[in-house]
Formats: sequence, structure tokens, C-alpha cells
Amino acid sequence: MKKLALITAVLVLALALPAMAETEIKIDGSTTVLPIMQKMVEAYMKENPAIKMTVSGGGSGNGIKAILDGTTDLAMSSRKMEEKELDMAKEKGAPAMPMAIAIDALVPIVNPANPVANLTIEQLRGIYTGKITNWKEVGGEDKQIVVISRDTSSGTYEAWSELVLNKEKVFPGALLQASSGAVKEVVSKNKFAIAYDGYGYVDKSVKAVSVNGIAGNPDTASNGTYPVSRNLFVITRGAPQGELAKFVDYIMNPAKGQKIVGENGAMPVKK
Amino acid sequence: MRFDRKAKDNLAKYFFLCTALFSILALALITIYLFMEGLPIFKVTSVTDFVFGQYWYPTNEANPEFGISTLIVASLAVTILSSCLAIPLGVMTAIYLSEIATHNMRQIVKPVVELLASLPSVVIGFFGMVVVAPFLQDVMDVPVGLNLFNASLMLAFMSVPTICSVSEDAIYSVPRELKEASLALGATHWETIRKVIVPASLSGISTAVILGMSRAIGETMVVLMVAGGAAMFPNSIFSPVRPMPASIAAEMAEAPFRSNHYRALFATGIVLFLFTLVFNIIAQHISEKHKQTGAATL
Repeated sequence: MKKLALITAVLVLALALPAMAETEIKIDGSTTVLPIMQKMVEAYMKENPAIKMTVSGGGSGNGIKAILDGTTDLAMSSRKMEEKELDMAKEKGAPAMPMAIAIDALVPIVNPANPVANLTIEQLRGIYTGKITNWKEVGGEDKQIVVISRDTSSGTYEAWSELVLNKEKVFPGALLQASSGAVKEVVSKNKFAIAYDGYGYVDKSVKAVSVNGIAGNPDTASNGTYPVSRNLFVITRGAPQGELAKFVDYIMNPAKGQKIVGENGAMPVKK
Repeated sequence: MRFDRKAKDNLAKYFFLCTALFSILALALITIYLFMEGLPIFKVTSVTDFVFGQYWYPTNEANPEFGISTLIVASLAVTILSSCLAIPLGVMTAIYLSEIATHNMRQIVKPVVELLASLPSVVIGFFGMVVVAPFLQDVMDVPVGLNLFNASLMLAFMSVPTICSVSEDAIYSVPRELKEASLALGATHWETIRKVIVPASLSGISTAVILGMSRAIGETMVVLMVAGGAAMFPNSIFSPVRPMPASIAAEMAEAPFRSNHYRALFATGIVLFLFTLVFNIIAQHISEKHKQTGAATL
């Protein structure tokens, strides 16, 4: 009898072990969501050691592409999915399901040595479309404004162009930087530069500028007074199932994932 | 026994044939893919608009524009300016190393130059971003330190080792009797270098220069980090610019799969590929045509 129990136990283990080891969740996408997602994954894996998770930040477009191709389980995106992409997902038989997980504020940043502390949305638009080219026109020194923008395909750029520029084109003289980190690095090194970055990236090396007199932070973003804010998404292939569904629940849980969102400079969608 | 030896020989022959074919196959597949993904953009925009258009707004919904002339000009500008810096440095270092330097000096300088080649481009880019850019802004009072000049300087660092080592090989392979004849006729060392050694190795030096240039035009990381990234024609050597590889690297990650933007980036890749191809064909042509086969051909 004892022997039988032992054999059963070994058999159950032998069957269960590979099944447990196979649970792997792959996450890819936006570099804006990345720092938040990494914290969530760390916390989730501490609670569920049997689950293996890999997170990489290839950009919103790459994350969505990976969801369409089925090479990732969960995509992070800082922009809405395009109609074309939603259609393509349907064609492939696995409708993509985007879900807003956080609200992010985009903050204009300047060098700490720059005296300008507030700009109106119109002034920002003027600067980014090349109509305002000197700091003295907006209350600063008599120096040329060095305009820094993100590459045209980044989710951050898209949000900025929608929220600030009304889809007008950024003038060609703007310097394009390929990542949120690079943008901050350039502004911290150039006294006459202006750029924009997600609130989570802003630190002491740069100075945040308020918009229309309102400072961009999680509070003003979530109560709607700050004009330059956007949703951050995760996307699944069809409705999430099994372990993935549990992780998505964790992300949306006000006491767990949403708390981590709040701790990392964005605003939770559920409180 | 004989058969065995022959079979082994054949086996080795085909094995090496396969390995050689592998790189050809890889190149062919990459080229085919590049054209397959890039060419469909010309259904949306004409070749002339693409190559000569001045505005690059691939993601604008209402009115996307796919003109890469500013990108092409930027690539040519950084390549030419970096060559102006790298060619004299590289060639003169090669002459010094192969003709003038003492054995001990050569033992020190040569490894150092080669070490420069082993510096990862991202390290050079970081140096340009953190050290050279603030220097240009503070000392030269340039509005943007990330610009054409900075990128060219960093690219010159990268092409000097290529130019130097290929030139050095060329100078080294100048037949000894040419040099001895020149010295025997009473020419000084300097006259010998100037009138015999350099002309005799000119084809090798030209190859070196073109290889160095093709490295500069294709280099991505450095121009992505230090060229500035403004898609407009430079009006001075301190203007920020956006060469083709920087544009592709910055945007490809987030371009929606098989969108027009994605196709336009691949088409930019085709243009870049054609440029490096032409450079390499020229290098090949020069080294074939002016091959130094013996003392008599000079």
C-alpha cells in the first residue's frame, strides 16, 4: 500500500513538474511601460515562484507586432492599436484585446539652468512647429531653442503630437532621440534644450515645466486638469487564459499591480 | 586505400564549398528580403519623391511624406567630413608605422591603433555624447553639441584603424628593390617615401580609404547617438543631421509591421545598401586594376 502511494506520488510529480516548468509568460513592447512592468513582474514572481516571466522593451510597435505573430503573450503599448493592426489580428484568428492599465503624464522638460518654468500649450505648439525659435519669446534668455523630440514612431511622440500639436507636424529642425533615456540625457547636457518625457523618467537632472500653469504629476493627470496625459495599455491575444489571466488580474488589482503603477510615476486606473 | 584518400579529399572539398556558399546564400536571402519589404513603398510614393523629397513625416495620418533627400545628404556629409579627418590621420600613421618608426615604437603604436578598432561603437558614441557634445556647446558656443562635426569626428576614430591597417599592408608589400634602388640613386628617405613608396602603394591606399568610407556610411550606433537627428539639410558643420542608418535604427522598432512607414524604412535600407555596394565595387575595381604584381609594373 505504501509502495503504491509512493509510486503514485512520483508519477504525479513527474507529470506535474514539466507542466509547471512550461508556464512561461513572455512580455514585450513599450519602453514607457517597461519600468512599471518590470516591478510588477518582480513582485508577481516572488509570489509565484513556479512561473517564469521574461520582459523586454522593443517598443510599442514591436510589442503589437509580436502579439500579431503570436511570439509574445502580453504586449505593452503606450499608444492605442491602429485600426489596421486590429483588423490584422482578427484576420489571423486571434483578436487583440487592449486594456488600459495606467495613466501617464507627458511632461515638458528643460535644463535645470533654464529660468523658464511655465509654458502654455500654444507656446509649446509654437516651439515644436518651429514658429517660436528663441527662448526670449517665452520669457527666457536670448538664445536659440534646441528642440528635442522622439522618433516619429514612438508612442510618446504620437501622444505628444496628438495632445499638444493637434497633429501638426514637428518642424524638421527638431533633434530626434530614440529613447526616453536619451532625451533626458541630452536635455541634462544642453542648457537651451527642451524636450518631453513620461513623468516616470523625470528626475533631478532635468527641470519639469508646468503646462498652462499646472504641474504634470499623477494627481493632476488622473483628475483631468493636466492637459498632456494618456493611457498606457497591455494587449493580449484573445481573452487571457490560465496563468496569463491570473497575471492580468494581478495588474488590475488595486492593492497589487495598480499600487505598483502608482509607485512608479504613473496613475492607476483602478483605486 | 587510394579510394579512401580520394573520398576524404572530396568530402573536405564539398564541406568547404558548402561553408563558402553559406555566406553567399545568407547575403542573397537578406538582399531579397530587403527588396521585398522595401519596394512596395513605391506604390504609395514615386522614386523621385522618395529620393529627392525634403520632408520625412512617415507617421502623419493626414498627409504622410516619405522624402529622404535630407537623410542621404546627411549620410554623405558625415562620410565626407569624417574622411577628411580620417584619411590624413590613417595614411600618415600607416607611413610612419611601416617606414619611419623604429621596431620598438612600432611594437607600441600598432597595437594601440588596432585597439581603437576594437572599441565598441556604442562606447565611441557615448564618449561623443557625454564628453565631446558638452565641450562643443560650452567652449565653441555651438547651440547643439550633437551635430555633423561631432558625428564625423567619432566616425573618423572608427575608420582610422581600418584605413591605417589596410594602407600599412599596401605600403609593406612594396617590393624592397624599389626602395633600395631609390636610395641607391641618392634619394633621401623622405624623397623615397614621397616619390616611390606612396605612388607604388596608391591602389592599396585607395582601397583602404574606400573601405574606411564605407564603414563610415554604414555605421549606425555612433550617428544615432551623436549626429543630433534633425531631418534637414545642414547649413554648417555644426548643424544637427540625421543620416540614413540613424533614421532606420531609431524608427524601425516602433513602426507598425508592414505599414508604409515600415516599408519606407526598408527602402531607405535599399538606398544605403546601394551606396555601400558602390563603395565596395569601386574598392574592388581599384585594387584589381592597379594590382602591384612586381617591381616592373610601376
